[in-house]
Amino acid sequence: MTEQIDQALEREYEAGFVSDIESETFAPGLDEDVIRRISAMKSEPDWMLEWRLKAFKTWQQMEEPEWAHVDYQKIDFQAISYYSAPKSMADKPKSLDEVDPELLATYEKLGIPLLEQQMLAGVAVDAVFDSVSVVTTFREKLWEAGVIFCPISEAVQEYPELVKKYLGSVVPQRDNYFAALNCAVFTDGSFVYIPKGTRCPMELSTYFRINEQNTGQFERTLIIADEGSHVSYLEGCTAPQRDENQLHAAVVELVALDDAEIKYSTVQNWYPGDENGKGGIYNFVTKRAVCHTNAKVSWTQVETGSAVTWKYPSCILRGDNSIGEFYSVALTRGMQQADTGTKMIHMGKNTRSTIISKGISAGRSNNSYRGLVRMGPRADGARNFTQCDSLLIGDQCGAHTFPYVETKNPTAIVEHEATTSKVSDDQMFLCQQRGLDAEKAVSMIVNGFCKEVFKELPMEFAVEAGKLLEISLEGSVG
Amino acid sequence: MSMLSIKNLHASVEDKTILNGLDLDIKPGEVHAIMGPNGAGKSTLGYVVSGREGYNVEQGTAVLDGVELLELDAEERARAGLFLAFQYPVEIPGVSNMEFMKASVDAQREARGEAALSSRDFLTMAKEACSKVQLPLAFLKRGVNEGFSGGEKKRNEIMQMLLLEPKLCILDESDSGLDIDALQVVADGVNSLRSDDRSFIVITHYQRLLDYIKPDFVHVLSEGKIIKTGGAELAHELEAQGYAWLTGDSAENTAETSA
Repeated sequence: MTEQIDQALEREYEAGFVSDIESETFAPGLDEDVIRRISAMKSEPDWMLEWRLKAFKTWQQMEEPEWAHVDYQKIDFQAISYYSAPKSMADKPKSLDEVDPELLATYEKLGIPLLEQQMLAGVAVDAVFDSVSVVTTFREKLWEAGVIFCPISEAVQEYPELVKKYLGSVVPQRDNYFAALNCAVFTDGSFVYIPKGTRCPMELSTYFRINEQNTGQFERTLIIADEGSHVSYLEGCTAPQRDENQLHAAVVELVALDDAEIKYSTVQNWYPGDENGKGGIYNFVTKRAVCHTNAKVSWTQVETGSAVTWKYPSCILRGDNSIGEFYSVALTRGMQQADTGTKMIHMGKNTRSTIISKGISAGRSNNSYRGLVRMGPRADGARNFTQCDSLLIGDQCGAHTFPYVETKNPTAIVEHEATTSKVSDDQMFLCQQRGLDAEKAVSMIVNGFCKEVFKELPMEFAVEAGKLLEISLEGSVG
Repeated sequence: MSMLSIKNLHASVEDKTILNGLDLDIKPGEVHAIMGPNGAGKSTLGYVVSGREGYNVEQGTAVLDGVELLELDAEERARAGLFLAFQYPVEIPGVSNMEFMKASVDAQREARGEAALSSRDFLTMAKEACSKVQLPLAFLKRGVNEGFSGGEKKRNEIMQMLLLEPKLCILDESDSGLDIDALQVVADGVNSLRSDDRSFIVITHYQRLLDYIKPDFVHVLSEGKIIKTGGAELAHELEAQGYAWLTGDSAENTAETSA
């Protein structure tokens, strides 16, 4: 039975193709000069450059963290190129008609048509290719509602006051090694501002693609939901199949002001490396939200890609009655390693958080949940509920759970439930006896295991996530 | 022509021989009851015929309506029209009954070259089957067997059988753990499917179920082969006298060999 399941898990990485696009790429290496050049490429104001240089100095004094339950070759930061952009982007295309057709074709092939008439109705997309944003769709329509959705490089120019005020306000420069690096070298990403009392009229989404070899992707996303506003945002990621490891170190900051609500969903499908662990993306990401009074932030993530994942989307529940949620499905197979979870920092009174984590391990992979729930001294009546389930497929994989709880308030309530189960022979036989093949059986059982998380995704993406999981589990059954 | 023809079937589990030269011939429309002491190989017979892994066939043949079963994967046997109602139905958390059964029915239809059913048509069928086994319609939305009572699980098995309309149904102790009312429901489900082109193997310990599902033949299985065959009246004799007079063992020995 195990053999059958293993076969069912083998599959091709469908997003593994390379686009033939002429790029302008910096030579590998990192020093102050490289940071100045990145800043110059983006024609940044001085304050932005100063901010980057300060982060670089901070980073140089920091050590790469080693506490995560992952094992990988030390990264040579001088071997990475920190900037790569399609040449055609140099003279900033004004509209889709001016965008290199090869770029549009790349996204088309990934199932993300960028021509507005072909797109999913009600979803605006920012497409980030290596170090630059190539297209942001539906901007005018969003503008009418007062919503700003643009590449962050543009926001630095157009909305400096907002960027200055909030950039680094949720994830400080010295927060951690990879965040500090990102502050120094980030190239592009999305910027969102939802004005007071506005419900964003469509789903916003950013699609990240690494194409160039030996480059790192350091994107930066900043979402500000002003008082009483509401937005739902989704990011997706893929990369070509390559033998070398590539670094992706992003920072995402969410600011939910009083009574605002942000729903942030991720479908992460970076190239995971081959079955022997060769190649793949190192996904070292810092994502954090701050919630003011009565605000709510909900993180939903479906993580199927990357060779190594190190990622803890977190909520700082600063305001009273604020709510943080974290719903996660992490699937590892082959030699993949994931150390992922969340931090819920309860500061305000009656703050509430929910954590639902579903880890699926197959092949020789290792999948860890790491979570922190902290109840501060002022967090009277705060509550947390954590449910952490692991599903093992086969007998060579690992599932690990590292829950941390710190409570400094006697009225706070913290609940933690955890289970570990296997795809059993009985379940497989029941499915097969009813006429389902092994592949379909595994995918159905795994999908069922993830249901609580999938139902949190926006409708269009729930279907996509289900399919992604199915593809992840696809292969030929002998 | 037989619906199911088993000849000289030998099978083992982990090197232990369980079936030891079993012969069974079932004509279309017939109901055959299989009784016998614990450990006789009754459940094993169901698993071997339906292709469960870990059950090794050493010799013999089993032909279902012209199709040699023993060379096929479990799902291919199912698609050929074989259905096994489990003694202990397993839970599949998060997969709704509806989703599971639609996928099963579609997989079998596809194998027969038929188009998948529309969700609407399937829902109509499923609702009907659900009422027939007297489960509330909410059970269609619940996870497969998730949190079901013993009796509900058994009725759920019958519901699946009604939807799949197999050629040959094997009921593995579908009466165990059922109260009289539930037993009646299970039996009604089975009886409603009885027809000239469908056959049943009813594995049971007790004659009681056979009051509700009238068998054409009753077989006694012991040490991996059929040692006696009779009509419905044989079940009554067994109920009254036990198996010892057939197997030559004392009643106590029979109990000890239970598996």
